[in-house]
Amino acid sequence: MAVIELNKDNFSDILNTDKKILIDFFATWCGPCRMVSPIVDEIADEHPEFIIAKIDVDKNPELAGEFSVMSIPTLVVIKDKRIINKATGARPKAQILAMLED
Amino acid sequence: MDKLYDVIIIGGGPAGYTAALYSARAGLSTLVLEKMAVGGQMALTGDIDNYPGFEQGIDGFTLGMKMQQSAERFGAKTEYDEVVSVDFTEKIKKIKAVMGEYEAKTVIIATGANPKKLGLENEDALTGMGIHYCAHCDGRFYKDKTVAVVGGGNSAVSDALYLSNLAKKVYLIHRRDTLKATQVYKAPLEKAENIEFLWNTALTSVIFDQKVIGAEIKNLKSNQTNGLALDGVFISIGRKPASELFDGVLNLDEYGYIVADETTKTNIDGVYAIGDVRTKPLRQVVTAVGDGATAVHFAEEHIHNF
Repeated sequence: MAVIELNKDNFSDILNTDKKILIDFFATWCGPCRMVSPIVDEIADEHPEFIIAKIDVDKNPELAGEFSVMSIPTLVVIKDKRIINKATGARPKAQILAMLED
Repeated sequence: MDKLYDVIIIGGGPAGYTAALYSARAGLSTLVLEKMAVGGQMALTGDIDNYPGFEQGIDGFTLGMKMQQSAERFGAKTEYDEVVSVDFTEKIKKIKAVMGEYEAKTVIIATGANPKKLGLENEDALTGMGIHYCAHCDGRFYKDKTVAVVGGGNSAVSDALYLSNLAKKVYLIHRRDTLKATQVYKAPLEKAENIEFLWNTALTSVIFDQKVIGAEIKNLKSNQTNGLALDGVFISIGRKPASELFDGVLNLDEYGYIVADETTKTNIDGVYAIGDVRTKPLRQVVTAVGDGATAVHFAEEHIHNF
């Protein structure tokens, strides 16, 4: 499935789901974000059972603030409108998948 | 296990992909095992001005991709897999990773280094939540706030300068009374009015209450302890080699660097250490890529006599 680019207008739409949602908070100029981005894309392709989304923190400071994002990349996993996992910094694919398995 | 490679390179930074380029171009079957993404520490660097050939400088991420593509042009392959253990006891070297097992005639270790931690009690828990290691990544979250940079070398000073353009106030906390940083940073440092030096000082703890609100600092001369109100701490006290996998397998020096001279040969035949993980006087992209070429030169010899 394609990665969803989230902003404050479409954000609440994706929350109404049974699926786990992975959000990648990133900025275009950040090295570690650029490392994680293709991994997140791959997970989106290979795992249709999850909803995979990205939020550009420069374009969406209010969403970044809502999730207390102070470091990028930050990965957040949401289930039933609740944050069940949150991690900062680039990490390998297996670790990101583990965040979704919990 | 389907293939015996001539050369397996662990780590996809500049050293690793230069080795891959030389190896693949020499007609050797070549695999790079990279745990996360290409470029290594270089990919986390904004602009690189001291890698020749790019007259305007180049960003580290792009340079990493170019190095990967240069190696792939000659048939080098990359697997994104994290190595968990190695067995170098026999002629054929075995590598176990999260997703697969690999075998090779020679192994080139290019695992690089990671930022050193300060050793604070809540350091891991607060990483990314007030304690940071990448000013260029996280600095923008501290616009008009107060931050501290811990360290006195080039990267600490460059972080402090970068942050001084964003933050209201930057404390540079250093254990000594002079900077180790090179001259090129001194003039801009003197111009930056919102940087305050705290010499002979150690940051001993970070105070957290919903968010980071301050730090405790200790003057190492007078032993006096003070509180410092701040919003974030950037730690820049150097790096430590990513050599845990090879502890007890290869000779490491007291700091954990893999012992190898300019030939890049380790104490085990057919195993080479290149780039920042090797004992060497200067750790730069340009010295890392040189190591990559040297290692393949000796790996070729080893394979020839295999």
